[in-house]
Amino acid sequence: MKWDISEMGSWTYKQFPPGAVIPEAGNSDDYITGGWRSERPWRNDDKCTQCLLCWIVCPDSSIHVANEKVTDFDLDHCKGCGICAQVCPVDAIDMVPEGCELPEVK
Amino acid sequence: MPTQKTLAATGNSVVAEAMRQCAPDVMAAYPITPQTTIVEEFAAFVAKGRVHTEYVTVESEHSAMSACIGASAAGARVMTATSSQGLALMWEELHIASGMRLPIVMANANRALSAPINIHCDHSDIMGARDSGWITYFAETAQEAYDNTIMAVRVAEHPDVLLPVMSALDGFITTHSIDRVCVMDDESVAGFVGQYVPKNALLDTDAPVLHGAFAGLGGPYFEFKKQQRVAMENARAVIKAVGAEYSALSGRPFDVIETWGMEDAETAVVVLGSTAGNVRHVARDLRASGEKVGVVKIRVWRPFPYAELAAALKGLKAVAVLDRAESFGAEGAPLFLEVRSALYDLAGHVPVVGYVYGLGGSDVRLELMEQVFADLSDIAGGSAVPAGPIYLGAREEA
Repeated sequence: MKWDISEMGSWTYKQFPPGAVIPEAGNSDDYITGGWRSERPWRNDDKCTQCLLCWIVCPDSSIHVANEKVTDFDLDHCKGCGICAQVCPVDAIDMVPEGCELPEVK
Repeated sequence: MPTQKTLAATGNSVVAEAMRQCAPDVMAAYPITPQTTIVEEFAAFVAKGRVHTEYVTVESEHSAMSACIGASAAGARVMTATSSQGLALMWEELHIASGMRLPIVMANANRALSAPINIHCDHSDIMGARDSGWITYFAETAQEAYDNTIMAVRVAEHPDVLLPVMSALDGFITTHSIDRVCVMDDESVAGFVGQYVPKNALLDTDAPVLHGAFAGLGGPYFEFKKQQRVAMENARAVIKAVGAEYSALSGRPFDVIETWGMEDAETAVVVLGSTAGNVRHVARDLRASGEKVGVVKIRVWRPFPYAELAAALKGLKAVAVLDRAESFGAEGAPLFLEVRSALYDLAGHVPVVGYVYGLGGSDVRLELMEQVFADLSDIAGGSAVPAGPIYLGAREEA
């Protein structure tokens, strides 16, 4: 059975498993950590060659890929580390401060 | 009923025996005086095949407790032992063990902390671990050290508790003196402690779990600390229930405090550990000459038995608290602070005087105990309570 953590923000001490144990494998998918981010990645689809290097190096598996092509970023889990922008061989990814307007697509 | 044999044995020897009888899956330990013979004798049990424990030799106490934490999270019954600088070196892991709610059982041979270097008995080490979230038993004798260690397993692993437990015994005095000890047969101890069924074993691959999660950045850290407080409060009833069951099995009485002469005492001394014997010895002589004195020994230090203590000391004319540790800059040493706080809500005022004694193994002579009772008699007679802590037996200028 799926461990329902949707109301975790209002749990009392009684609801949490003792010792901060997480009694379910792989549930980090349900835990939104994107709020830690101060810069978000932005990808220029015109420049992108779909080499998928960003997908390989992303430490949080936050590059969404469909049909062997990057579609977008999982901003619920991307922490804005910028590794994708750093490794991109064609400078197709920029790190944009959160709260700012995204660059216009040319 | 269990078959019991009476041995002439040291405290350390019977703690090792108790651990063997409780059959931990893992022991990770590092030697340190005056604890060494516990893990040494246990290692010999492993070598001789008398216990099937994975014995991990580590390079420090920091590593010892780290290995214990890993093994306990993996689902093992885990035990270790330490003392003094070793306990101090474990400091951060002590908090991790209790925060992760791992029922590790550890013996501590109470010993002074450096500097100056000293290997003898006092309670500086264990008082440094006071707020680490470990349940803590104190033994007066080798017998109590044996009994406490066995009870500790049941208390630690109880589902309402799930906290690590320390079984403390006074360095050299209790660890190395040969004492008369009744030891139960292996089957009775095994039956009493039972099989450990871990709740969230890392090695249970059918039910994968994560230990050691992050709970900061607005996460529920505060809620987990409240859980620990609740578990420690739950331990009060569990310690008594386990103690009652153990008493019935062993034939030896147990309570979180032990009182002597308190039925009609007018003054009393509160004490932890082996010094209780010295105090009772003097109290017995004073009783024989008609003085209404009593002794309260604290057997469980955490959770602190404040209600039992208040009930025992209620209405007394004067109470002395003997501390074998310092809390420099505090109004008194740790036990003094606890005892005086426990009496605060009583209707009548009970004067409390605090002594620091026996640091670094300095001699606990009977004359010193006589001095304490003489001071109590003066206070009961109307003298002001002297400002403390009084360094009992320290050399003073004439």
